[in-house]
Amino acid sequence: MSNAVSTAPRAAVGVKDSKQTEQRKAALAWLTVPALFFFLVFAVVPLAGVLILSFTSWDGIGAIGAAGLDNWFSVLADPGLYNALGLTFLIMIVSWLVQTPISLLLGVFTAGSQRYRAALAVLYFLPLLLSSAAVAIAFKALLDPNFGLATGLGLPFLAQDWLGVPQLALGLVIFVIAWQFVPFHTLIYQGGVRQIPKSLYEAAQIDGAGTVKQFFHITLPQLKYTIITSSTLMVVGSLTYFDLIFVLTGGGPGNSTRILALDMYLRGFRANLMGPASVIAVILVIIGLALALFLQRLGGKDKQGSQLEGL
Amino acid sequence: MKQPQTSRRNFLALAALTPFAVAATSACGTSGPGASSGNGGASMWYLSGEPNQTTMQKAVDAFNSANSSDKISVTYFQNDAYKTKIKTAIGANQAPTIIYGWGGGGLKTYAEANQVEDLTGWFDQNPDLKKKFFPSVFGAATVNGKIYALPNQYVAPIVLFYNKELFQKAGVQPPKTWDDIMSLVKTFNDMGVAPFSLGGQSRWTSMMWLEYLLDRIGGPDVFKAIFEGKPNAWMDPAVIETGTKVQELVSADGFIKGFSSITADSQADQALLFSGKAAMMLHGSWTYGAMKKAGQNFVQSGKLGFVPFPTVAGGKGDPKNGVGNPAAYMSISSKASDKEKESAKKFFKDGILTDTVIDAYINSGSVPIVNGIEDKLNTSEDKEFLNFVYDMAKNAPSFQQSWDQALSPTAAEALLNNIDQLFLKSITPQQFAENMNATLGK
Repeated sequence: MSNAVSTAPRAAVGVKDSKQTEQRKAALAWLTVPALFFFLVFAVVPLAGVLILSFTSWDGIGAIGAAGLDNWFSVLADPGLYNALGLTFLIMIVSWLVQTPISLLLGVFTAGSQRYRAALAVLYFLPLLLSSAAVAIAFKALLDPNFGLATGLGLPFLAQDWLGVPQLALGLVIFVIAWQFVPFHTLIYQGGVRQIPKSLYEAAQIDGAGTVKQFFHITLPQLKYTIITSSTLMVVGSLTYFDLIFVLTGGGPGNSTRILALDMYLRGFRANLMGPASVIAVILVIIGLALALFLQRLGGKDKQGSQLEGL
Repeated sequence: MKQPQTSRRNFLALAALTPFAVAATSACGTSGPGASSGNGGASMWYLSGEPNQTTMQKAVDAFNSANSSDKISVTYFQNDAYKTKIKTAIGANQAPTIIYGWGGGGLKTYAEANQVEDLTGWFDQNPDLKKKFFPSVFGAATVNGKIYALPNQYVAPIVLFYNKELFQKAGVQPPKTWDDIMSLVKTFNDMGVAPFSLGGQSRWTSMMWLEYLLDRIGGPDVFKAIFEGKPNAWMDPAVIETGTKVQELVSADGFIKGFSSITADSQADQALLFSGKAAMMLHGSWTYGAMKKAGQNFVQSGKLGFVPFPTVAGGKGDPKNGVGNPAAYMSISSKASDKEKESAKKFFKDGILTDTVIDAYINSGSVPIVNGIEDKLNTSEDKEFLNFVYDMAKNAPSFQQSWDQALSPTAAEALLNNIDQLFLKSITPQQFAENMNATLGK
C-alpha cells in the first residue's frame, strides 16, 4: 500500500473514523497470514536451514557433522569462488547493458497503437513462452559446429565452436539470456510507456520538440521507476541464471561459464559437498539482498511519490 | 505498520500453525516413490534409452506376470539426470527399493551411510546365482569386504573404434603405438578428415583417454594407488606424462574441431565417425549397438573397425589391459520394508538376467556378464565384436573401472572439471596433477 494514498484520507477524517480504520486494518492484517505462512515455510525456514548447513559437513546422504567455520574458510580461500563471483557480475553487468537499451526501445516501439506494431509485438514476445531448458536445448542444437545451423544453411562463418571456446561460450550465454529475457522487459517498458499521459507529448509537440527530444525529455524521465523495476529484476534475476547455463554449457568449457548459482549446484549435488554449497548459497542471498536494497535506494527517498503531480 | 498488537497476534498464530504445517509436509515426504505399493512388490528406478529400456521392461513384465504378489514397478530416468536424482532421493529417505548404479565410489557412499542392504549373506545362501557371473564383476560391488549390489547387464570396456573406409582410402593401418596415432593424426588432417571424434562437453568422454594412457604408461598400479588414497599418488610421473601426451594430441588437432561443445548424450560423436567426418573414436563398447541402429548400415556392412588401445613406447602397461564399466549394479534400499526387500531379492534371483534378457543383450551387441555364453556369442551376427569384448573382459590382466565411478563423488567431480581444463590447455599437466593430488582422501 502506498503512503501517498493512505495519508491523505487519514488527515481528513476525525478521531472516531481513524479508530475504525485502525480496526479494519487489524482485521485485514489477518489476510496476510497465508502469504506470511508460505513465506516463512518456503523462504525463511530453508534459509535458516542453509545457514545452519553452512557450518556442517554433509555429503547429502550420510550423517551431518559439525564443521565449525571450516567450510567458510575453505570456500573463501578457493579461487573457484572468485572466478564464479567475477563471472556472475560480468554476466550481470553485460546483460544489463545489452538488455536495457533493446527492451527500452522495443517497449517504446510496441507501445504505439499501429496494427503492424501489435503484430510485431506478438513475434517479439514469443521467447517468453519457452522454458529456459527448451531454449538452451534448441540453441545447443542450432549451434552444433558439425550438425548445426551453419552446416544446414551452408554459412561457414556461423560454424564456430560456440560453446567450446571460453570467450565465445560466455558471449553466447549472454546472448541467449538476452534473447530469452528481452521480451519480458519489453513488456514492462511497453506498459510503462502506455502510462505516460498523452498531454505531455501534445504539449511538447506544440513547443516544437521532435521525436528524439520527446524521447529524451518525456519518455525517459517518465520511465524512471520502470527502469529501476526492470533493472532490479534483471540484476537480481541474473544471480539465478541457472537452468539455462546448466543445460547450455554445464559451466564449461573449463570453468568459463560457471557462475555462482551453478557453482553452488555442482558443489552440492555433483561433488556431494553440501557444506561448502550452503556457504555459497548464503553468499548469494547476501549479494541478492544488497543489490536489491541498493537499487531501491537509487529510486530516491520519495520513491513512492507520484510522477504525475501537476497533471 | 503501526499495529504492534495485530502483528504480534499474527506472529503467534503463525508460530502455532507452523509445527502442524511442517508435520504435514514431512508426512508427505514419507509417502514418496519409495513407499510401499500396497500388497508387496518393489519399486525400481532404471535408465531410459534403447535398447536397454525395452529389455528391462520385458524382463519386468515377465517377472510380474509370474509373481503377482511381488510386482516390480519401474520408473525410467535419463542417465545424467538420474545420477543427481538418486543421490537426492537417498539423502531424503525417498529412494526406490531397487537402486540402480555403477558400483565403486558412489556405492561406497551409500554403504557407509547404511542406505543399502548388505547382500553378502544372501549371496552365500544362493551360491548358484553368485557362480553365474564373471568373478571379476564383484569388485566394484564390494565395500570393505561386503557385497552391496547385484552385478547385472553387460560388460562395457572402452574400445578404439575406426572407420575402415577412411583407413582404406588413406592407405593406412589402425594404430598399434602412440607414435602411430600421432602420424595418423597428420595423415587424416592432411586429408581434411578429423582424426578423432570426441564428445568433450560430457567430460567423462575425455577421461577415457587419460584412463588408457595412464595404464599404458604407468601400468595399473598408478591408479590403484590413487584409488587407495596413498599420499601424493597423483604426483606420479606417469600422470604428468599422460597429461603431456593428451595436450600434444590436442595441439596437433587430433580431435575434431569443436569437440568441447559436443555432448555424448546427443550421440553426435558417434555420428561423426559413421558419417565419415572423423576417422577414429575412443568410446564405450555400448556405442556399437547404438551405431548399428543409427548408422545406416555402417556397422552391418563391416565398415566399423575396432582395436585395443595402442601402446606407449617405454610404458609399463600390458596392451591387453582394459578400462570401462565391469557391469551395472543394483542395490536394495535399507529403508525399504521387509516385504519390499523380499520382492526385490526374488526379482534379483529370478527376474534379471534370464535367458531372454541375456539373448536381448547379445542381440544388441553387448556381452552380458554371465558365464557360459561363448556359444551364443559365436552364433551372433556380431560375433567378431562380441568375442573381442568378451576376450577383454575375461582375459585382461587388469580391468580398471571408470575413474569417475571408482572414486568418491567429490573426487570424481574435481577430476572431470580438471580434465576439461586439461583438454582446453588452460592448466598444465603439472597443475592437473597438483589439483587432483589435493583431492586425495576426499
